[in-house]
Amino acid sequence: MYPDNLRYTKEHEWVRVESGTGTIGITDHAQHELGDIVYVDLPKIGATIDQGKTIGSVESVKAVSDIYSPVSGEVVEINEMLTQSPEKLNEDPHGAAWLVKVRLTSPEEIKSLMSAADYQTYIGA
Amino acid sequence: MPGKTRQHISQNEPLLFEISSPGKRGYQLPDLDVPQVDPAEALGAANARQEIEHFPEVSELEIIRHFTRLSTWNYAIDLGMFPLGSCTMKYNPRVNEQVARTEGLLWAHPYQPASVSQGAMEIMSQLESALAEITGMDAVTLEPAAGAHGELTGVLLIRALLEHRGKARKKIIIPDSAHGTNPATAAMVGYSVTNLKSNAEGTIDLAELARLVDDETAALMVTNPNTVGIFEKDIVKATEIMHSKGALVYMDGANMNALVGLARPGDFGIDVMHLNLHKTFSTPHGGGGPGSGAVAVKKHLEPFLPVPRLKRVKDMFEFDYDRPLSIGKVRAFYGNYGVLIRALAYIMAHGGPGLRVATLDALLNANYIRKGLENHYDMPFTSPSMHECVFSHDRQEAKGVRTGDIAKRLIDYGFHPYTVSFPMIVHGAIMIEPTETEGKQELDLFIQAMIDIANEIDTSPKLVLDAPHCTRTPRVDEVGAARKPVLRWKP
Repeated sequence: MYPDNLRYTKEHEWVRVESGTGTIGITDHAQHELGDIVYVDLPKIGATIDQGKTIGSVESVKAVSDIYSPVSGEVVEINEMLTQSPEKLNEDPHGAAWLVKVRLTSPEEIKSLMSAADYQTYIGA
Repeated sequence: MPGKTRQHISQNEPLLFEISSPGKRGYQLPDLDVPQVDPAEALGAANARQEIEHFPEVSELEIIRHFTRLSTWNYAIDLGMFPLGSCTMKYNPRVNEQVARTEGLLWAHPYQPASVSQGAMEIMSQLESALAEITGMDAVTLEPAAGAHGELTGVLLIRALLEHRGKARKKIIIPDSAHGTNPATAAMVGYSVTNLKSNAEGTIDLAELARLVDDETAALMVTNPNTVGIFEKDIVKATEIMHSKGALVYMDGANMNALVGLARPGDFGIDVMHLNLHKTFSTPHGGGGPGSGAVAVKKHLEPFLPVPRLKRVKDMFEFDYDRPLSIGKVRAFYGNYGVLIRALAYIMAHGGPGLRVATLDALLNANYIRKGLENHYDMPFTSPSMHECVFSHDRQEAKGVRTGDIAKRLIDYGFHPYTVSFPMIVHGAIMIEPTETEGKQELDLFIQAMIDIANEIDTSPKLVLDAPHCTRTPRVDEVGAARKPVLRWKP
């Protein structure tokens, strides 16, 4: 369920790092708890983001939740598909429904995040 | 179907636009007895139009039937219990309506000079005094239009005082058990929000609070009792921690129905708070509004209250605008005046001892429900309940049924749903606040309905998952409505 090549936050985001770029999303646990997602608010390309700070929000029929960035960096790409099809976040949160891609400024931050095994223990899965 | 409900005929009703027929009238005007004026000439051609497009034309009886039929589709406190937690959906006694319709008050106008508004001003003065006495605070403004507006006013007052002392500071600490509007209020006034996690008992963690407070902390915004319905028993220590750092304490008074006549926020260290007159003091609420978010303060915040302040000079009331430290006006005129009359009527009809009994009844009702349901639903925080009790859907979720599904099924039993999925610190929250309005019969029906639903989940969960079954429309597509909203009617 939780891929080993992702790192996880206590706020239920994940990041996958490939050659200096981090892809950020929310976890399957997060989408399950939120319920049907109806709107996703993402930062602008070029925005500077800091680890642990809000970069946007996810709205479900139940609640609006902030998205906290697992890493610091500059936003280089956002997932436009989610504007038209927010339901993809319920269907494929660890894959096609990634949120933003970030050029990392502090790659060592990754070490502060949880492994897949630790995250599953954390959520009691 | 259970004892409380049975099916009866409910008529369909199209939109007014759809029953409109050209030339129909619901009124009759007398013959014109003054010279006719050409609107285009009098107002300018650009301001005069030939017709109002798509304006519905119906007879008087058609429009009476239209709204009467629509009204039968509604659920209201006058039909049955409204267990929405944190909302205090209590009954608005008819005497409130009668008093608010007193002829001299009904036709009073805010532009009338003070000399002919003395009675109306005395009502405001009496209400300010009563609310100050109930809260243990020194001064009250009746201007804010509703709860969140009261919060905004209160935090603006905090900011004004701190700026006056030399520095506005940067952050406000808000427990995760506070009302959802609190962080939005702090942000609107320009403060960053620091989240304070509750301890295992569901209350403020004093050690964590002491760790978070610093010289940049402007205030703590606390809801007491908190949204789990638990009294913050360490509130005095919490206010001492804040005050020792020069910070203030704001109390969200949304749950004041648990305290009136029993405990006064002014006595446990609160500097500023708002009251929801439309909750605690029984004025119409939720679609029947408007609200009123009166704000009560201690002496040190009084100079900053919105203008005008009601002032008594000899035997006359005046409005005092000469308040150099005031944050200014927060609303046109003097607040939602009709609501103020109803609130004072409620307070005076009860009197001090009566208000205390109402509070005790509200606490008794919540605890009666808690006792009745505790063997059927999980309760994550088991500290004593005040005016509401919060269960979780954890036991039912094992069968695939969540809090929202249980709430839908409750409609079939003749009740308005409870508050679903809030507060967020309870997983799958089922939040119930009966208020003192309900008698034992209605409470017993509610408890039995919730137990019946718990049993249905064990034996036939699909019945609950597909609910409601007895309503005019089956379960609505909330997701579709949010993802692809249709916002305009088209002919």
